[in-house]
Amino acid sequence: MIGRVLLLSVALCALASGSRAQTANTCLDCHGALDPPLQVTEAQFAQDIHAQKGLTCASCHGGDPTKADMGAMSKAAGFRGKIERSQIPALCGRCHSDATLMKQYNPGLRTDQFSQYETSVHGKLLAKGDSKVAVCIDCHGVHDLRPPSDPRSKVYPVNVAATCARCHADAAYMKPYGIPTNQFAEYQTSVHHAAMTVRGDLSAPTCTTCHGNHGAAPPGVDSVKNVCANCHVFQAQMYEKSPHKEAFQSAGLPGCVVCHSNHGIAHPTDAKLGTGQQGVCVQCHTTGDDGDRGRANILAGLTKLDESIKSADRLLNVAETSGMEVSEARLQQDQARDSLTKARVTIHTIEPQLVDQDIQAGLKITAKDLQAGKDALSERGYRRKGLGIAVIFILITLMGLFLYIRQIEGRREAEVHEL
Amino acid sequence: MQLVKHIHDWIDERFGWAKLTEPLRHKTVPIHKLSYWYFLGGITLFLFGIQLCTGILLLLYYRPSANEAFESVQYIMTRVQFGWLIRSIHSWAANLMIFTAFMHMFSVLFLRAYRKPRELTWVSGMILLFLVLGFGFSGYLLPWNTLAFFATKVGTQITGQVPVVGHTMMVLLRGGEEVTGATLTRFFGIHVAILPGLTAFLILVHLALVQRFGMSLPPGVEANLSVNPSAVREMKFLPNFLLREVMAWYIALGVLGALAALSPWGLGTKADPFGSAPAGIRPEWYFMFMFQTLKFIPSKILHIDGELLGILAFGLAGLIWILLPFLEGPREKRGGTLIRGAGVFALCYIVAMTIYGYFAK
Amino acid sequence: MTTDDFPQIRPARRRLVEVLLGGGVLASVVSFLYPVLKYLVPPVVPDLGEDEVVAAKVGDLKPNSSKIFRFGSRPALLLLTAEGEYHAVSAVCTHLGCTVQYRSDLHEIWCACHNGTYGLDGRNISGPPPRPLESFQVNVRANEIVVTRTRGA
Repeated sequence: MIGRVLLLSVALCALASGSRAQTANTCLDCHGALDPPLQVTEAQFAQDIHAQKGLTCASCHGGDPTKADMGAMSKAAGFRGKIERSQIPALCGRCHSDATLMKQYNPGLRTDQFSQYETSVHGKLLAKGDSKVAVCIDCHGVHDLRPPSDPRSKVYPVNVAATCARCHADAAYMKPYGIPTNQFAEYQTSVHHAAMTVRGDLSAPTCTTCHGNHGAAPPGVDSVKNVCANCHVFQAQMYEKSPHKEAFQSAGLPGCVVCHSNHGIAHPTDAKLGTGQQGVCVQCHTTGDDGDRGRANILAGLTKLDESIKSADRLLNVAETSGMEVSEARLQQDQARDSLTKARVTIHTIEPQLVDQDIQAGLKITAKDLQAGKDALSERGYRRKGLGIAVIFILITLMGLFLYIRQIEGRREAEVHEL
Repeated sequence: MQLVKHIHDWIDERFGWAKLTEPLRHKTVPIHKLSYWYFLGGITLFLFGIQLCTGILLLLYYRPSANEAFESVQYIMTRVQFGWLIRSIHSWAANLMIFTAFMHMFSVLFLRAYRKPRELTWVSGMILLFLVLGFGFSGYLLPWNTLAFFATKVGTQITGQVPVVGHTMMVLLRGGEEVTGATLTRFFGIHVAILPGLTAFLILVHLALVQRFGMSLPPGVEANLSVNPSAVREMKFLPNFLLREVMAWYIALGVLGALAALSPWGLGTKADPFGSAPAGIRPEWYFMFMFQTLKFIPSKILHIDGELLGILAFGLAGLIWILLPFLEGPREKRGGTLIRGAGVFALCYIVAMTIYGYFAK
Repeated sequence: MTTDDFPQIRPARRRLVEVLLGGGVLASVVSFLYPVLKYLVPPVVPDLGEDEVVAAKVGDLKPNSSKIFRFGSRPALLLLTAEGEYHAVSAVCTHLGCTVQYRSDLHEIWCACHNGTYGLDGRNISGPPPRPLESFQVNVRANEIVVTRTRGA
């Protein structure tokens, strides 16, 4: 049976061999007409960056790409057939770790991917014989491999999380490893995911930003804050000097993650400082202790500034809809909002006095803006007074007209013919 | 008063002012129960004068380009001294003028002042009414805010539905296939040059005709007087009636100032041609009855597009309305009743549709 | 008809009506003309459209200092380098919208919220900002520093 299939395939290939591409690659003549998993079409392979650089199937699989018959797959020509998963990283590394070779193609490419991979959880497990872990082709694709800067690449920043999730969100697949599989779901709710997909900020963190890509491993508990500190510099510096650092370290708690979570990082609200379900301080601190009192202090200050900004905004809105000019005050309101943002960053010092400094700066600005709103409304009052005066003059004139008409038409006539 | 007399004599010695105004000094206005309606024409004229003055003032700061129109109106409202007053008066007076123009037309209709020999006065007046609506439509777009942009889009699109000439009319109005900055510039030219020129001319014609034929008497009063000629009461136009008109105008000024200061006209948000139309888009109140009617008409009536039918119906109604005096015919009493009936129907329909348009959803 | 036709009306009464009418007309006309005349006077800040603004006068800024001014409805930053060059950029940080400032010690534009830095031309150099600040043209006209936004490419 197999023999008949093979014979048929060869016959088909012989028929199908038409004009060949630039670099002789007869493999695609047959494999383009086969069914998956053996199928690799011309169209597919043309997308591959390796094909575009002049490589052929034989570059990885061996064999002779110039032969149009089964001689292409002869052992004598070095044909390797399907590459074992455990062999794949080393195979890719044969070129990609060779700096001299890579310089001929793309001098800007790094050549440490394989050595990084060997330090990763994937690499270590693969060395122990586990072939379920990710190897190069799982993330980068194979036969239509695109560079990471191509939006259709599986490792284009926007696509990275979905690529990792192919395994890491599959509970059945991940069962033997005993780690959670909800990271992708959580990440999709996060503010980092929104930054990338909604705001289009490609520099926003995705899985590889914190875990590494080739050397993928979770950062250690003590290193988490270093990872976050790469972008969130101020918060990290403040945290370092705060009492929380010692406390968390000695308790083996993972720094920033304690309050902000690791994958489902939501936009923090003042509710985090509250006593409700979202409150983080109350998870450790008991009501009435120093920490709790400080929390209440900070929350009160933030709420005060927030309210102050809103009430100034409301007044300015009223003034503006009455036609008053309040653009300067509106601009200052932005500065006040900046103060509030700064205050919220200063929380990480855990020093209520420092937070209060920013709050007071903001309150000074909102007080001025509130005054501007009041001034605008008093200008409105001035307009209405002006109107009142004009109306009075108009009434006087009307009275004068009325009396004049009566006068020239004679009193008697005016009484009889009221018009 | 002595000063006024001096100035008057000075002008008269040089221009023969007294001789020129002689006919005006003989003009009388009949006095009867319904005489108050005679004020409406004068008030409409006064409001037109207000529009001319405030419009010219606005011209000093307004910029008719899509980039700057909105900002220039904002500038007038917030930076120019009393700009808020001039602009709000202009917007309020526009609406008031359209209202008084309609009232004037209906009062003339119900008092039957369109009858022979005043047919052409009616015709010129009807054309003036359409010109005033044109003023409203073109002026509304000039601040280039979202509501105006989409109202213009819908309005010009409806024009495009007229058979044969519709598309050409729409392109001429829009200055292109779509509503763009070119539309704004075109509407601006229409609003400040073409329409004022036509209107000024027609007003002169209209006033000359009114002067020529004098004030008409409502049928009831006419009948009374034919029975009892001595009961005729008249008032001289100069100075008696005019003084009363001036009183009405002063009251109108006061009302306008109050409206401008207490309820300033809003600005809205700048138009974004690529944005989507906001929910509940609708035209200004004076077009509401037509808009609501078109919404009521089913999409197809006997294989003809419903909207097209509606537009044609309104066009026909407009044409009939202009030609009303000629439709009365020899059997005056019968024709008169028909026209009064049509007038009542039209008034009720317009009022009902306008109110409905505002309360529907 | 004028008041002369009715001599029986007391002269005093006639005077009163004349004063009332004349005074009323005069006062009301003045109350109409006053706003119109004020309207004609151009405001202190002439409107130059949304694309152009007078940010400051020559001499307002010392070398190596900056000023926040309003451009349209958003804040913008005008700075004068130690070498005497003017630069103007949008002051809205492209990261999360905080107002940036000029750091005279670093000779760079800096955002206090998350430590983003930009060059004097608005180019984002380090930190979270994903895009450069919009940069404007600066021209000196007489003794005014005029900042223009070039629309369209």
